[in-house]
Amino acid sequence: MSRTTRTTALMLGVGLAAGASVAAAQTLNLYTARHYDSDETLYDAFTEQTGIEVNVLEGDSDQLIERIRREGAASPADVFMTVDAARLNRAEAADILAPVDSEVLEARIPAALQHPDNLWFGFSERVRVVYYDTTVYSEPPLERYEELADERFEGEICIRSSSNDYNQSMVASLIAANGLEATEAWAAGLVENMARTPQGGDTDQLRAVAAGECSIGVGNHYYYTRLELSDNANDQAVVDKTALLFPNQEDRGSHRNIGGAAMVAGAPNTDAAVAFLEFLASDEAQRLFSMGNNEFPAVDGIEPIEALQPYADRQLDDLNVGVLGENNAQAVRLMDRVGWR
Amino acid sequence: MAVIAALVALPVLTVLAHVFVPAPDIWSHLASTVLPRYLLNTAGLAVGVGIGVLTIGVGTAWLVVMCRFPGQRIFEWALLLPLAVPTYVIAYAYTDFLQFSGPLQSFLRDWFGWGAGDYWFPPVRSLGGAIALLSLVLYPYVYLLTRAAFLEQSVCVLEVGRTLGRGPWRLFGTIAVPLARPAIAGGAALALMETLNEFGAVQFFAVDTFTTGIYRTWFGLGERTAAAQLAGILLLFVLLLLLLERLSRGRSQFFHTSSRYRELPQYELTGVRRWLAIAACSLPVVLGFLVPAALLLEMTLTNGDQRFGWAFLPYVFNSISLAAVAALIAVGLAVVLSYGVRLAPSPLTQAAVRISAMGYAIPGAVVAVGILIPLGWLDQQIYGLLRGEWGWDVGLLLTGTGVALVYAYLVRFLAVSYNTVQASLTKVTPTMDAASRTLGRTAGGTLRRVHAPIMRGSLLGAGILLFVDVMKELPATIILRPFDFTTLAVRSYELASDERLSQSSTASLAIVLVGIVPVILLSRAMRRSRPGSSDD
Repeated sequence: MSRTTRTTALMLGVGLAAGASVAAAQTLNLYTARHYDSDETLYDAFTEQTGIEVNVLEGDSDQLIERIRREGAASPADVFMTVDAARLNRAEAADILAPVDSEVLEARIPAALQHPDNLWFGFSERVRVVYYDTTVYSEPPLERYEELADERFEGEICIRSSSNDYNQSMVASLIAANGLEATEAWAAGLVENMARTPQGGDTDQLRAVAAGECSIGVGNHYYYTRLELSDNANDQAVVDKTALLFPNQEDRGSHRNIGGAAMVAGAPNTDAAVAFLEFLASDEAQRLFSMGNNEFPAVDGIEPIEALQPYADRQLDDLNVGVLGENNAQAVRLMDRVGWR
Repeated sequence: MAVIAALVALPVLTVLAHVFVPAPDIWSHLASTVLPRYLLNTAGLAVGVGIGVLTIGVGTAWLVVMCRFPGQRIFEWALLLPLAVPTYVIAYAYTDFLQFSGPLQSFLRDWFGWGAGDYWFPPVRSLGGAIALLSLVLYPYVYLLTRAAFLEQSVCVLEVGRTLGRGPWRLFGTIAVPLARPAIAGGAALALMETLNEFGAVQFFAVDTFTTGIYRTWFGLGERTAAAQLAGILLLFVLLLLLLERLSRGRSQFFHTSSRYRELPQYELTGVRRWLAIAACSLPVVLGFLVPAALLLEMTLTNGDQRFGWAFLPYVFNSISLAAVAALIAVGLAVVLSYGVRLAPSPLTQAAVRISAMGYAIPGAVVAVGILIPLGWLDQQIYGLLRGEWGWDVGLLLTGTGVALVYAYLVRFLAVSYNTVQASLTKVTPTMDAASRTLGRTAGGTLRRVHAPIMRGSLLGAGILLFVDVMKELPATIILRPFDFTTLAVRSYELASDERLSQSSTASLAIVLVGIVPVILLSRAMRRSRPGSSDD
């Protein structure tokens, strides 16, 4: 009931209550763009281990950045957590992050998954994969992202809007690998191959492949895993008709992105913030953090959940994920130019 | 009064302030790539939804007020039910059901043995789909205000029309609608502004509008200034619409000059007409409320929110208490503002009030940021002062508290209460004011003793509209809320944004259910409010 009582206090306009509770010792104020129910288990584990209470504010990533910016020096925010490196890059550009120099984080988080100056760290990996219809293709239909633009796939591909961060980051990684011009030509070819106006989320692409609207879809790996683990009959039917493949295994590896976290500049509880980030790199937290969304743990040597073990030896792009953010605006403009809605 | 209006207008002005900062490079990019599409889609959506809500709203209002047919009394309130369904909720309930991989088309394919491309099915994720479904949940604004206006029309005017030989159609077209025009325009303006600021639903329909463009320019391209400029253009568009309506109304003002009210004589419908009337009134209710509610219920039962249970109570409590507080304050302010404009109609106050009502047309997230800027600034001044002078660390007093949230709702929704109160003030003739003042009442006394009793129903209506709107509000709530503070709308969004649509249906259904109660109250209140009506 304490939540409700506090809420009532707030409703009465007693803003001081919030001020006081935030300023109390042994708390951590977390601004997060992750919305997984299982994250609560993660916070509880942290509280149990350290005695530090966690206050959580969930929200849209870009808006949280804006809020922290506007709260300025008075902001209670200690840690900012989000998915997609491009968003961490935007937080960096907004000057709201503070570097954390921690031996633990340095040793455990792979170099490609952390900011060169330690402004942020990746704690889980997500891979942009290709879903395909197994009733149409008995073998994987392609090996590289680049082939998505091949003429042989005309009218076969389902992919969501270019407003989506995951697509923006994928195109950013292609710009890094092949250059701007080649990527623009590729995107134009992909638009030619689209089976329908880009629409819906990643799961919708997967369902469209299963329903036969298109034979190839692009999406993040965990949406497939989620349906695989669902006990809903419709979800199982989708999984039965489809498979996923990790592109570019023979060259640079599949495009990966991260779920990451950072300490906020001017955080009132810096010790708690560092403790929380280090906790996220621990074995226990790594399992909880990646399990919440069926992602791959960032720390080497930690096994992913069982459903992901078939892909354990996947080859992933070693590009520092920070580059995805740097190329983001270019990627969006490029997609505008080729008419990828 | 001007201070209140200015406070509410502040975030809007903050956004508009960006309009004058040059950002040439990005504009040539936008103009040569996406801008034409944003313009076309936005115009198409506005025109389509405008026609949709006017047809459904005015048509059904006339039927239930002026005609007698079976079920008419039920339709009177049932026609308001779609008001309880948020646009984003109807969007995802229907797209999920009607899209290619959805249950309906899958069933058809299985049944007839069709494959992809063997048949044509209207694509639900399209401009047409967006127009149809937005009209279905937004028409109640028009219906509500128009019906109130019809009910308030003095029976004498209509009877004169009849004795002069006007049939029902001409009576409708030449007397009732022109007289109700301020109300109709007010309702349509609300529906259109809601359409223009819509983000979640149009995104779902894969339609790029100005609003989705603002988000993309802001967050995808990282072009804050250009995004604010787009928002500015959107606002100009709205101002133009309102201005056009005002100009076309010309100098004429409509006041009822007779105080003789009786139960309106209704047309008894028979035969085919009766069935047509029933069909016309039930279609919006079925498609705008029953079907989406049933789809949500089905999703909730098969694969609902795992947190459902006691954990849900705080969400419900938060939603209701926020909505109630905001509604009370907004109606109070609307009365003060519209009364102020009436008493001292200087161009300055009118402009201030008009701008303060603009918040409704700006996308919620933009309003939220427009609020964060001044509030955050003020917070930091206070913080700096207290810390510097006395070493107190009070943290943030405004941002992330109930104060910020209620302020945000006022900025966003003042137009709703203001339009409603304003529309009802027109039925208080200036002669009444004059009489009351001549008899020695002060301005305040006139408001209390003369205006308040006449406007009671409308005030209640305004309050309830506000309540339902705040319940459904999402973008500003998400960004401005305190720690660990979740409302039903936020819960629904959290799951939906994670592509767990069927789980999010539980919170959506709860929003709809909590919203129904005030909607029904509203309808009863309106019926009672008509002078001369024999109570039900």
